[in-house]
Amino acid sequence: MPEPARAAARSITLEVLRYRPEIEAAPVWQSYVVPFSEDLSVLQALQHVKDELDGSLSFRWSCRMAICGSCGMMIDGRPRLACQTFLRELLPGPVRLEALAHWPIQRDLVIDASGFIAGLERIKPYLIPRQPRPLAAGEYRQSPHELELFEPYSACINCLLCYAACPQFGLDPGFTGPGLLALLHRYNADSRDGGRAQRMAAVNAEHGVWSCTAVGYCSEVCPKAVDPAHAVNQNKVNSAIDYLRHLLAPRGAPP
Amino acid sequence: MSGAPAVRRPYYRRMGRWWQRDPFFRRYMWREATALAVLAYALVLTLGIVCLALGEAAWQVWLAALRSPASLALHAALLAAMVLHTKTWFEIMPKTMPMIFVGERRLAATTITRCGWAAAAIATLALLALAAGWRP
Repeated sequence: MPEPARAAARSITLEVLRYRPEIEAAPVWQSYVVPFSEDLSVLQALQHVKDELDGSLSFRWSCRMAICGSCGMMIDGRPRLACQTFLRELLPGPVRLEALAHWPIQRDLVIDASGFIAGLERIKPYLIPRQPRPLAAGEYRQSPHELELFEPYSACINCLLCYAACPQFGLDPGFTGPGLLALLHRYNADSRDGGRAQRMAAVNAEHGVWSCTAVGYCSEVCPKAVDPAHAVNQNKVNSAIDYLRHLLAPRGAPP
Repeated sequence: MSGAPAVRRPYYRRMGRWWQRDPFFRRYMWREATALAVLAYALVLTLGIVCLALGEAAWQVWLAALRSPASLALHAALLAAMVLHTKTWFEIMPKTMPMIFVGERRLAATTITRCGWAAAAIATLALLALAAGWRP
């Protein structure tokens, strides 16, 4: 953006995809003009709309500093956090805002994420100790190497941007998807954890890692650099090894 | 709260022509589509082997067919597709591999990608040199 044009921007237009199930059968675009300033985020612009122009507009937000994961939406067609995206990057506008792609729209910019919440339970995203460990045994010890194996995948804030970047999830909402599979891998890759066998069923399933076609956009849009594409595709190797192991040594029930 | 109960009627958007929605998806589709060029060239070479097995006459027909303008145009198109496929496939390759550690340091994704490109470049140069008559 050239400097004169930026200085000239006194206002900017937001085009918001609205959906009020009691009014519209299908979403419609609605425009709002908001005052522009250099330090205005998309979230603040939406708050201006809600406070000053139209109290009926619905969107989610909480922390406004890219850690709660509530304000994910499509901003000019790309999944981004509204609090982390500044209008100065989107001049001269209009800025198009839409609920996160691939999710059912509950209302305006609010999606129905209940499928994700149900999936969270399924992948057991917590440490499952190998054997019961009394408190008296003290803390676990991990080497920097052991930490590095899972640490990159532990930064997920459940913002669901990766799902909005995943066409396979859009085509098949049953796909466990990048976020959950990365979180699953975070625990499987942890040296303190013994729950891998319990989680491999979710990895190996039709809707597990094999539904991924390595588009790679999930890692591109992740605001926390979690790299879900890497987590998912590493588990294709793990899943194949798991399959061969059960084929060659079919002892016990397969997971 | 009083009044009418909240209406819950989630709206599902369609996925028609999803690959046109984002430049990233278009690049992905090109990566996947150019894999077909790899298949096409494998078929060209397989046909050559079949012709060789059929005898000298068939082999000469295959060689002549390779020199036709249509074949040269096909080869140019397949070469361009192969170059694009090589570039984009090695870009995604680091994501498909387990973490690699050299000593205590994790090998960067860009290093893995560049190693792939370098291997492809060396193989190509070696093949061209062999075709030009160079013998190791």
